[in-house]
Amino acid sequence: MSSTEVTDKTPAAAPPGKNGAGSGDGLLQLMLDGMRRNMRQYGMLIALGLIVALFAVWTDGDLLLPRNVSNLVLQNSYILILAIGMMLVIIAGHIDLSVGSLTAFVGSMAAVFMVRNDLPWPVAVILCLAVGALAGAIQGWFIAYGGIPSFIVTLAGMLTFRGLTEIFLEGQTLGPFPKGLQTVANGFMPEVGPETNYHNLTLLLGIGLIALVVLQEVRDRRRQKEFDLEVLPAKLFLLKLVALGAAILVVTMLLASYKGAPIVLLILGALLVGFGYVMRNAVIGRHIYAIGGNLPAAKLSGVRDKKVTFLVFLNMGMLAALAGLVFAARFNAASPKAGLNFELEAIAASFIGGASMSGGVGTVLGAIIGGLVLGVLNNGMNLVGIGTDWQQVIKGLVLLAAVGFDVWNKRKSGS
Amino acid sequence: MAGPVLEMRSIVKTFPGVKALSDVTLTVREGEVHAICGENGAGKSTLMKVLSGVHPHGSYEGDILFEGEPCEFKDIRASEQRGIVIIHQELALSPFLSLAENIFLGNEHATRGFINWNATLKHATELLRRVGLSDHPDTRVADIGVGKQQLVEIAKALSKKVKLLILDEPTAALNDEDSDKLLDLILELKEQGITSIIISHKLNEIRKVADSVTILRDGRTIETLDVKAEETSEDRIISGMVGRDLEHRFPERTPHQPEEGAAPALEIRNWTVHHPIDQQRKVVDDVSLEVRRGEIVGIAGLMGAGRTELAMSVFGRTYGRHAAGTVLKDGTEIRTKTVPEAVGHGIAYVTEDRKHFGLNLIDTINRNISLSALKKVARRGVVDEHEERQVSERFRKSMNIKAPTVFEPVGKLSGGNQQKVVLSKWIFAGPDVLILDEPTRGIDVGAKYEIYTVIDKLAAEGKAVVFISSELPELLGMCDRIYTMAAGRLTGEFSRAEASQESLMRQMTKDKEVSR
Repeated sequence: MSSTEVTDKTPAAAPPGKNGAGSGDGLLQLMLDGMRRNMRQYGMLIALGLIVALFAVWTDGDLLLPRNVSNLVLQNSYILILAIGMMLVIIAGHIDLSVGSLTAFVGSMAAVFMVRNDLPWPVAVILCLAVGALAGAIQGWFIAYGGIPSFIVTLAGMLTFRGLTEIFLEGQTLGPFPKGLQTVANGFMPEVGPETNYHNLTLLLGIGLIALVVLQEVRDRRRQKEFDLEVLPAKLFLLKLVALGAAILVVTMLLASYKGAPIVLLILGALLVGFGYVMRNAVIGRHIYAIGGNLPAAKLSGVRDKKVTFLVFLNMGMLAALAGLVFAARFNAASPKAGLNFELEAIAASFIGGASMSGGVGTVLGAIIGGLVLGVLNNGMNLVGIGTDWQQVIKGLVLLAAVGFDVWNKRKSGS
Repeated sequence: MAGPVLEMRSIVKTFPGVKALSDVTLTVREGEVHAICGENGAGKSTLMKVLSGVHPHGSYEGDILFEGEPCEFKDIRASEQRGIVIIHQELALSPFLSLAENIFLGNEHATRGFINWNATLKHATELLRRVGLSDHPDTRVADIGVGKQQLVEIAKALSKKVKLLILDEPTAALNDEDSDKLLDLILELKEQGITSIIISHKLNEIRKVADSVTILRDGRTIETLDVKAEETSEDRIISGMVGRDLEHRFPERTPHQPEEGAAPALEIRNWTVHHPIDQQRKVVDDVSLEVRRGEIVGIAGLMGAGRTELAMSVFGRTYGRHAAGTVLKDGTEIRTKTVPEAVGHGIAYVTEDRKHFGLNLIDTINRNISLSALKKVARRGVVDEHEERQVSERFRKSMNIKAPTVFEPVGKLSGGNQQKVVLSKWIFAGPDVLILDEPTRGIDVGAKYEIYTVIDKLAAEGKAVVFISSELPELLGMCDRIYTMAAGRLTGEFSRAEASQESLMRQMTKDKEVSR
């Protein structure tokens, strides 16, 4: 127990807001403090930066070519979508092994709807999402209300959905999909306006996003003051705004100098913001953290744990369906072998991104960062010509190192 | 009279921040049944852990002599080799292994690592017969009742050639019939020359089996009495257990004045709850009580009396099976079948086990405080983080939670500060009735005073407070009225004026009259 430690810190940790802007030294201190609090996530963000830098140099800059960045997004989109849902499942203290099979299963349903029965693609998409939600709900029901461990239920789901996929597809690969759906999965935003060297709409979108972020941050700061809370010193706040703006601008420029933003990226962005907001600010998000962190305490606090668990799996099913649609449309075919090992990639992404085996910890942004670490590794190693055999070895070691670092870091801080 | 088989001299055992044993001397004569009694926290279990090597030699001061030779046990194995075997309060049997496997667990009949099943079964059968069990040794432990499991523990002890058997509250989890069987067995073993030490709260049990009794209080030996002697009455033992003065450890309280005609804030009628696994056993048996607004009502009882079980079963059926009875809030009957229902009716239960049932240790102070009433800081399902932070900052200051910010994980706080977080959490929920279960357990004296002040303030604000505690002085210092419980039943009700440590302890140790 470190009760004395906490008491000792009290005088030292003067409220940052009251010292005004603070000196440069204080600024650094504040940033370090903030980082230490989110060690895992910042650590991984730095690791991601290092990996990107490493491969950028190794590939003579090929990694950061606009075309490759677009590719990277498209290649990893389905894993990232799965990782968001998986993060929620793991935070709630569960696991879902069925998402790879479910991805394939929904792909096969999509083919049955659109290729065999010629349904209009928007209708088919809605049907597919409903199928995914239903599959997730069934598993969630067994886990939450049936009391069967999620590992078992989703292992059963993994086998069942894989089998059903093969039954529906009769072992064949089915395609092609309608143009509209292909565009969603593979395409870019339409070009408008005069001829510049950049993609206009993407640029506009990027600038709009920066404006939105700045506005939101400023409003947030004003609200904090309204509630008499401590706020970041003005200098640090400005730095944060500039850093955020710069990051968005760089990505925007990169994408705009090729064909513009892939539509999937917009979907991913919406999911990241939406789920990030839900996990941070919505009551249901808090309840997910609470049941994963300490189930008996959550129950005694009046959290409807069964309902929350059920919804988490329903959501996972729906996201798996979305990933299945994107995957099938990207390869323009539904295949019985689609989505193989996706569940493991999504789980690895979550753990690299800061989830804990025992639940209660993790963020949606972390899942994305974890997924990107894996994605950049894949892409970079492909570019430099490392074979898939060694790629797997390296990814395995990265997972071990990331979680090992976390365990070591926790032991050091004595919590 | 036989000479001493065991002597423990001037034992001192310190845990970080707490002196659990400050000067304990214990002498046990050969072939007797020696009882040890004292309040919760008096140091009984710690003393037995020192004796059995759970706390190894070197971690305590003082000498232990067994059969005249000094002992320096470094672990339980060492003490068992000398024939000292302890049976802990929580049974240490592996539920899915058979009786025979459990009896010889860690002590298997084996040659070169392979188990000799014939010898195992033969010896297990003999040992089971010795403790009066006729079950087949292949039966799984999970398939027999708690009473029989206790006997299996004893069989296990016998397999280790026990000379001194230590039983830590052996009957706490047993019904009357099983208790009687167990006590008879202890007497039988005594005939066979086995010395026993029995820790018990139940004075009638002590009178039935013990030859002498040593009383501990606040980590010291108070006295050793001869139970068979005339002058050792139950009152004599009780006064030994409690005899200490009340100091000024509590805030001044203006006693509660009941308003005329108002219905009690919370009334429980004929409440009965069964054990979740052993469903025959009533853990709470036909309890009725009430608490009014502005009143602090204590529930006194020793371990296993059913106080926590009563509170948790009322609070959303979070304990036990087949709960029956009625709960009335301000005179109208209410449903409290789920926690949200109970909370919705303005009832809050602050658990005795804050680490397992009260807090999410890996989460921050502010998120823990807001959890049970998130709706209060949320609009349409979205939490307003700023309002939440403001609320928790207010509690951090008013409750004097010692942490630099409300973003500190509660796992890093000391026990007293964690308790303040749990209290804040439930005060924030804005209940009319607060059930506080051992709110000062495991926290230091200074923090205790702060907690008492908070409780006093809650009552002054017109909330009804139920105060469950094992520490009689704090009940006497804080409560307007005190109920006593023993073995699942309500055994007494005292006004502030009538209550004394002796009168309470008398009702707390009142078991149903031992049959025969």
